[in-house]
Amino acid sequence: MSIVLRLAWRNLWRQPRRTWLTTGAMVFSNVLLVFMMSFQFGMYDLMIENTLKIFTGHVQVQAPGYLDDKKMRQTVADIVPLADSLRTGLKSNKVAARGITFALASSEERSYGIMIYGVEPGFEPEVSTVPGLIIEGEYFSGIAAAEIVVGSVLARNLKVGLGDEITLLGSGVDGSFAAAVATVKGIFESGVVDLDRNIAEIPLQFFDDTFYMQGAGHQISIFAADLNDVGDLQIDVQKMLPAGSNLVVPDWNLLQPGVRQAIQADMSSAFFMYFVLVILVSFSVLNTQLMSVLERTHEFGIVMALGLRPGRLGRLVLIETALMGLMGMLLGMLAGAVVTLWVAQVGFSIPGMDEMAVQFNLPATMHPSLTLFSLTTGPAVVFVFTILAACYPALRMHWQKPVEAMRAV
Amino acid sequence: MLRVLFMLAWRNLWRNHRRTFIMLAAIGTGVWAMIFMTALTRGMVDQMISDGIKEMPGHVQMHNPEFRDDPSVNNLIALDDAELAARFEDAEFKAWASRVRVPAIVTSERDSRGVTLLGIDPVSEREMSFVNYDDVAGRFLESSDDKGIVIGEKLAEILETEIGKRIVIMSQDPDNEIADRGLRVVGLFTASTSATEETYVFMGKKTAQKMLGIEGATTEVVFLGDDYRNVDPLYDAVVGKVDGNVEISRWYDVNTYLGTMMGVMDGFVLIWVIVIFLALSFGLVNTLVMAVFERIREIGLMLALGMKPGSILGQIVIESMLLLAIGLTIGNVLAVITILPLQNGIDISIVADGMEMMGAASMLYPALYANDMILANAVVLILGFLASLSPAWRASRYEPVEAISKV
Repeated sequence: MSIVLRLAWRNLWRQPRRTWLTTGAMVFSNVLLVFMMSFQFGMYDLMIENTLKIFTGHVQVQAPGYLDDKKMRQTVADIVPLADSLRTGLKSNKVAARGITFALASSEERSYGIMIYGVEPGFEPEVSTVPGLIIEGEYFSGIAAAEIVVGSVLARNLKVGLGDEITLLGSGVDGSFAAAVATVKGIFESGVVDLDRNIAEIPLQFFDDTFYMQGAGHQISIFAADLNDVGDLQIDVQKMLPAGSNLVVPDWNLLQPGVRQAIQADMSSAFFMYFVLVILVSFSVLNTQLMSVLERTHEFGIVMALGLRPGRLGRLVLIETALMGLMGMLLGMLAGAVVTLWVAQVGFSIPGMDEMAVQFNLPATMHPSLTLFSLTTGPAVVFVFTILAACYPALRMHWQKPVEAMRAV
Repeated sequence: MLRVLFMLAWRNLWRNHRRTFIMLAAIGTGVWAMIFMTALTRGMVDQMISDGIKEMPGHVQMHNPEFRDDPSVNNLIALDDAELAARFEDAEFKAWASRVRVPAIVTSERDSRGVTLLGIDPVSEREMSFVNYDDVAGRFLESSDDKGIVIGEKLAEILETEIGKRIVIMSQDPDNEIADRGLRVVGLFTASTSATEETYVFMGKKTAQKMLGIEGATTEVVFLGDDYRNVDPLYDAVVGKVDGNVEISRWYDVNTYLGTMMGVMDGFVLIWVIVIFLALSFGLVNTLVMAVFERIREIGLMLALGMKPGSILGQIVIESMLLLAIGLTIGNVLAVITILPLQNGIDISIVADGMEMMGAASMLYPALYANDMILANAVVLILGFLASLSPAWRASRYEPVEAISKV
């Protein structure tokens, strides 16, 4: 074996420039693949986490149909005791109940239609980033306090500050007219204008009193310890629901289908690009190996005439290719890792990116994250295609006649 | 002389036809991928921008300077309807319209939702609206005095209402008193995304003004030009006709996301084309190096017989350009014949929510632009020319005697 290996290695360096050029093609696409995949998958994780952390959570408990219609009367009955029992059952604090409705918020000077979230002040900070984004004032003092926390743009538009009063007008769960007055307790700023303009939170009991909820709410948002545990969490929560209830436990894929699908759409276009790159490299390898075989027709004819079977020669060509592929893979992984780690260190942003990033709840400067997966997948695929490309030149041996081959110049 | 060089290059190209075919396959695939991918993404972004512009609508908008941050009925445009008409009546815009745009709440007996109320003159907005009036279930508004309301199908579903039923719309008047009235739903519109269907409700402009107590006043004026890529003439024309306390914005100032998308897209096309070319260039240079290497003796002989080094260089470069030209032809033809059957759109509704997050619709119409094709072809030819210089230069610098005696 070692003689074949040595032979293959020496054959590679008969034409060093050609070998380097072919290896260069592999290294080039491997570096691109490693960097792009590290970047891409790091971005997906961030996109998921950041989107879910605003309100959604990993799974929710809801009334059937609420997911599609978000109607006021599609409620979860006795939502606070249920949330309590889930916290006990799951031994986790990352569980919070909410009521949600639309209402007209009026200050002395202005009125705006906004979304009102009734939240459990003690637990909401565990499942949502909003309480942590308060830039003025603070979060609620109690679950029944007539207080409100509003987004910064909304506060500016309503021309209210801390301590001012906002009147809420809407309809109760039974369709009746609902009104309440709340004092501005805090102002949050997320940087996402839509959020800062359209959302206010009030304590859950106050929400209940205002909109005649009678203990009912609309969703319980729950986080698993890790994104990978969501499936188990979903099953656990399902088991803990009161017997005979028709409540549903959608996970984040259902709650935020946009995130998953945006990722899918992005992935399919990215994989198209990767595939084209790999194919181009394969052509390059095919060309090189075919040339190197054709050049040696004469030589191969002699050794075949001496009794070497074409299969062994074919294997020699494959081993040559494998050696070259291995070089391309290792150098590509090395260079890819260096580039990726360097960019991970300094961060990466393109002009105009912040505008796009906001759309997907991403920071403006991105850091690719090098994982075993992103480091090895691309180069491994390139390697496999390299070997595949060399099959044709290697198999050519079989229909080569020694005598004719020897005559070739 | 040039003819001879061409002939030499052409014949040399086919001496090793296998190698040439493989290279042509590689170039063809690469160029196809460049153009195909570009057409798909262009199509998506074009659609996003044109949908976005229709939703605004218009290429240029005019507001009270406070309005975009604080979209309230208190921030009216300083010019009332009569003054606007006087200024823009005989302006040569494709279309323009003044409208009332305020946030509101709509309530049925079943549910309520926050919406954007648009009080419009249906006649003047027909051309720029994202709603195709003829596709509306029921009917669209007929005049500024129309007493009906038109809402999106998705909103109707949420409110559990239907054509002929009454809903209540509620907003504020300039004194911050609640302004509300009941209106009969006369039509349901559909839009490319369900978010749009949930967001907008249409009322007659005069009906809305009356309800809000702002007779004759509006919050938004929209102008449509001929080309969204070139809005400056329209912008300048509008600026020239108004004075006083108004803010005039181009579409990409209003929706900065769409504005950057357009720029990012141009950058993406260039990067993609260059990356593919680089992947190809290794093979191209390799092929040329091989071709030169095989012919060292021959080149040496030609040099010895008095051919100028420049002619050798030219011969190799021409060979490379011929290879590229054939590859480009294959790639372009492939791209055109794969894109043409897709002109009627590709259904990507399987990821509709994801596309909605990006602001795109669930049908993808590839857009094949001459400019993008020219860019791809030019990049390949120019960079290909540069890449072939090095092997060609090397070949032309051989010492004749040494070259001839090479085995």
